[in-house]
This record gives sequence, structure tokens and C-alpha cells, in this order.
Amino acid sequence: MKRRTLLATAALGLGLAFGGSASAQGMDKVKACFVYVGPIGDLGWTYQHHQGALELVETYGDKVEIAFQENVPEGADAERVLTQMALSGCNIIFTTSFGYMDPTNTVAAKFPDIKFEHATGYKREHPNVSTYNARFYEGRAIQGHIAGKMTKTNKIGYIGSFPIPEVVMGINSYYLHAKKVNPDVELSVVWAFTWFDPAKEADSAKALIDQGVDVIASHTDSTAPLAEAAKTNGAVIGFGQASDMADYKPSPRVSSIIDNWAPYYVKRVGQLLDGTYEQVDSWAGIPEGEVEIGEITDAVPADVKAEAEAMRDAIAAGTYHPFTGPINKQDGSVWLAEGAVAPDGDLLGMNFYVEGISGDIPK
Amino acid sequence: MIRLEKRPSPSRFWQGATPVLAVVLTMIAGGLMFAALGKNPFDAIRTIFWDPLFHPQFASYSRPQLLVKAAPLILIAIGLSLGFRAGIWNIGAEGQYIMGALLGAGVGLAFYPADLWFIFPLMVVAGAFGGWVWAMIPAILRTRFNTNEILVSLLMVYIAENILSSMSLGLLRNPEGGGFPGSRNLSQYPAASNPEMIAGTGMHWGVIAALMAVIAAYVLLQRHILGFHIKLAGQAPRAARYAGVNPTGLVLLCMGISGALAGLAGLFEVAGPAGRISIDFNVGYGFTAIIVAFLGRLNPIGILLAGLLMALTYIGGELAQFMLGLPAAAIQAFQGMLLFFLLAVDLLSNYRIRLGYKKEAI
Repeated sequence: MKRRTLLATAALGLGLAFGGSASAQGMDKVKACFVYVGPIGDLGWTYQHHQGALELVETYGDKVEIAFQENVPEGADAERVLTQMALSGCNIIFTTSFGYMDPTNTVAAKFPDIKFEHATGYKREHPNVSTYNARFYEGRAIQGHIAGKMTKTNKIGYIGSFPIPEVVMGINSYYLHAKKVNPDVELSVVWAFTWFDPAKEADSAKALIDQGVDVIASHTDSTAPLAEAAKTNGAVIGFGQASDMADYKPSPRVSSIIDNWAPYYVKRVGQLLDGTYEQVDSWAGIPEGEVEIGEITDAVPADVKAEAEAMRDAIAAGTYHPFTGPINKQDGSVWLAEGAVAPDGDLLGMNFYVEGISGDIPK
Repeated sequence: MIRLEKRPSPSRFWQGATPVLAVVLTMIAGGLMFAALGKNPFDAIRTIFWDPLFHPQFASYSRPQLLVKAAPLILIAIGLSLGFRAGIWNIGAEGQYIMGALLGAGVGLAFYPADLWFIFPLMVVAGAFGGWVWAMIPAILRTRFNTNEILVSLLMVYIAENILSSMSLGLLRNPEGGGFPGSRNLSQYPAASNPEMIAGTGMHWGVIAALMAVIAAYVLLQRHILGFHIKLAGQAPRAARYAGVNPTGLVLLCMGISGALAGLAGLFEVAGPAGRISIDFNVGYGFTAIIVAFLGRLNPIGILLAGLLMALTYIGGELAQFMLGLPAAAIQAFQGMLLFFLLAVDLLSNYRIRLGYKKEAI
């Protein structure tokens, strides 16, 4: 487990102080509960979390009981759902969307004996709150490479969910790697302001296609953008997001980022069972298998596919970091000098576009 | 042969009995659905309707939560019901709710971190004002240019949602939030927060405001000339005009009241249970309140009960999801059935069911 707590905390200026608290004794049986922002049938983000949850039962059998709740809004309702879960006897509760950050910490304060694990957030205000995330920007680099090579109109698109650092990070990584192989490439970003809303996601994809975009990456949870691309008879391609979305193979879905949460869930619940559980801030990526690159289909020329796979392997081996200087910010000021690698703290608080992206991050 | 015969006047008995009948029918149809999904229907129905109120493990927490969930619904629905009775259709309470929350929270945050007694009262005024202003736009457009207030008020919701995301990313963004969207947490700013008054009761100012609105609306409709005018304008617009009701004034008044109450609901929510402005602060109370208003037959007491019933199906539905593993969609279908049966059996208050053929009059 990599502990990046200090870095992230310092960068965000939160000044959180905590120490890992080990629970000395193991448990005979664990009830693991999951809070989902979408339906488990979204075939994207929530689907993948649920696959991870099911893997727990596969691995531990009778020693684990899972319970979950779908479609929980990120706000006051989440607090009630969490409290009811805590009251129902859950030992560990995974809250799987960014917007559950405050409710998770609030409820965790009232139930110090229950472990809370918040995905993609940064607040660990109590010793029983851990955070975990995946380095999706590593996958975005590979998508950017493919996009830069594949676009015929030199216009590529990105459907953003919310303008938070995690998404901005993905946009920058995608653009940088497209630009590297195609200096003429232009990026259009559309903000959907939702995680899961197939209608809005489809509208965003339509808007991009109307602008002449022919490669679409999305940061939302449904397959709607791919469904929209599929209507263009091969003129527009895209990527599976969060899950493989293999139904859209070989085109428009030419590759995908797969969030593989199972190893993390299995590890954490295992630690709870054997008594080695500690508070963590986990941020794993391609090297640890938490981010996987779905099959690159034959719609992509063999040489491009080979290059993309080489990049994946370099990231996996730790020899390549997608944010390696020289990189300037959008306003032209220097962010990373030649050869410098982005510190995690910069990434976790990223609120700027890199040089070359037009438009502003919504403010 | 079954046929329907219109009653000369709506049956009082059935007006009271239909909601109960609808709930019973929903339980039967919902039970069949749950059984089809492979769950014990009795367990499911008990979890939804009984456990939130009486389960030894949950009830002490979920009973007060009923009030928390029902309060904004009731507050908004009371406002809407006045307009609906007068034939003025404010569909945009969701937008007014957002604007009330934004303006109220904005006023509170402008004083941060001052600790002054008048901040919260000022926020309440600002919240009501925000909702009122947002409702005045469709109201004035209707009275001045004869636009359709249904469309305009609905479209104003989308504008409000965009202002909300712009505010949570810009002006109201927490400067100590590390670049993440969303405002400061008002619950951590005592002068501007709307906390639970007595721990474990769920009572906050929004609940009190909702109860006051119920009483005020009851008195208004039963005892006040204005209430008479509202009812008259809805039932007989021309008669209302002869009786001296000013239609322009009535539109402005009804839209204004419903907007202000929706704004208040937003303010109490943002300062209390929600705690902060965020991009997805609104969760549809403004739309659900339309259902609550009709479920309660546009009657203040009815709305109070309907709001509590809706809250119960939400909270019980959540319990059923994770206790029994029922899918979220089944709970939504169950809630849909409730409304469906309510509208369907409503027929009984206006019509009589007759068996046999009707004899033709010669």
C-alpha cells in the first residue's frame, strides 16, 4: 500500500493530522456495505464497483455478507442512507462517489467502530475513514494517443462530468498525448454536470459530433456516448469508460478504461477479517492492476495499437509517467520543467488546463 | 355490465376513503411485484411501511428523519396548492427552491466568519425573497404578456440549475476546498446554520415552518375572503370576476406565495440537512411536491399527511433496498403504483359504479 497521505494533505492545505489506527483483533464475519451513485446496471462506474463487491463473496464465501443501495443522491440523502446502513450492522461501508465525501465523514464521526471507505475523495477527518482512488489519468494517456492517431478531422472531444481535479486531470492527460502524436489536434470539452444521466450524456456526445469531433472520450457512467457514436456508421469512435463496454466492440468502442476495484475490496475486507486493517489513502493505477486497458480492437491500425500497448507497459513498469515535463499551463506559464514528473499533490488539486486546450474550466 | 354514473356532488365518504384504499391496493399490487422478484412480499411491505416507524434498531433514527424528508415537500406543496386551486400552474418550484437556497446561503456566507445574531433571520428573509423573485418572472410574464406560466416556470428551473452550478464552481466555492466545487459547510458555521433543535427529534426550523404553513393555509382557505377568491377563481373564473376578484393580482399573489415558500424550503435545506451549496444540491423536491400537493387533494391537512407518506415510502424504500436487496427500480415502481392507484380510485368520489344496463329514457 502506498501512503501518499502527507503529499496530498500538504498540497491541499488541509492540515489533516491523523495516525493509522490498527484494529488489533480480526473478525469472524464481515458485513460489507456499498453506496452507489447510479444503478448497478449502468454498465459503467457503478457496475464495476458492484463487480468488486460480488468478488468479495466469491473470495470469502460465508465470511462476508454484502448489502448495497443504488441511486443514492450525493447530499442530505446520503447521510441518512449511511446512518441506516451503520445501524443495520455493517462493519465496513464503501461510499463510491466523490459527492459522498462530507456525509461519509459526518456519519463516521458517530460510528467510530465502523470502517468507512470513501472513493475518490480526500477528507479523512476521523481515524475510521479511509480514501481510495485509481489513477485513471494513466488510461487517459493511452486513449489520447489512440485519439490523436485516429482522428481524421483533427477534432477530438471529451465529455466531462464535473470540473473537479480528477476529471481535469483526465482531460489534460488525454489532450497531451493526442497532441504529442498529432500537433494539429483540437480538443472540445462538453460538461454534462452529472455522473449518470444517459439522456444528457447522449446530448453531450451529439453536441461534440455536430462540431465535427470524431473521437469521443467520456467521464460519465453510462454507455450513451458510445450508443450515439454508433449511429454514425463508423465515422465517430469512442472508448469504454469505467467498464469495458464490450457490446460496442470493435467500433465505435476501440478500447476502454476498466476500473478494477475487486483487488482493493478483497484486500481491505481481508484485512478486516485478519485484524491488520489500517486507515489508508490509496491511489493505485495500471501497475497495481486497479486500472486496466480494455482490448484495443482491430478498428485501430496495428502500429497504433502496438504503440498504445507499449505505453501501457511502460506505465505498468513504472518507466513512464503521463505527466512528464516540459508541460506549460494554459496561460503559458511553466508547470513542469523538462524531465520533471508531476507531484501527486499537483494532480490531486489540478484546476487548470495545459497549454493548447481552448476554453475555460467552468467557474 | 359495469357502468359509471356521475354523482351530483363528490362523495364525502369516498374523498376520505380513497387514499386509504389506494394504499391498500398498492400494497397488494406491490406485494405481487415483490413476489415476482423472488422476495417475501410481507417482509417487503413491512420493511417499507412499518420498520421506519417501529423497527427497534432503526426507528429511533428514521422516525425523526421522516420529518426532515417531509418538511420541504410539505412546505413547497402548500404553496403550490394555493395556485393549483386558483388554476395557476407553478411547475417550477424546483428552480425557486434552488434560488432561495442560493440567495440565503449567499447572504450567510457573505458574513463569514462573523458571529452575529441576525445572520440566520436575514438568510431566511433572503431565501424567501430568492424564491419569490424567481416565481415573479413567470408571473409577470403571464400578467403582462399572457405567456404560459407552466412552460416559463418549468424552463426557469433549468436556468436556476445552471446558476447553481456556476455558483458552486465560482462565487460561492469554498476557498479552503482545494479547488473542489461546492460552498463552505454551513453546519460548521453556527451563526448561519439550521441545526436539529433537540437532538434526535429531527426538528429544525424547516419543519416548524412547514407546520406553520399548513395551519396558515388552512385558516386562509377556510376563514379568509382571499381563500374564497382562490377557490372561486379555480372553480368558476367568470363568477370570480363578477365577485370582484382581480385575476392579475391573484396570479402575482399565488405565484409569489408558492415561490417564497419554495425558496424558504431551499434555505432551510441548505442551512440544515444538506449543509452546503453544491452542483447537485437539488434532488427534485420541487417536482415531488407537485405530486404531494395532488396526493393531499390540495387540502392543507391532506398535504401534511401526503408529505409524511411520501417521506415514508422514500425512507422505507431505502431500508428495503439494502435490507432485502430489492432493486431501486422496484421501489420507484412501487411509489409510482401509489400515485397511479390514487388517481384511479379518485374516480369513486365523483362517480358511482352501477351494475346492469341503463334503461334508455323514452
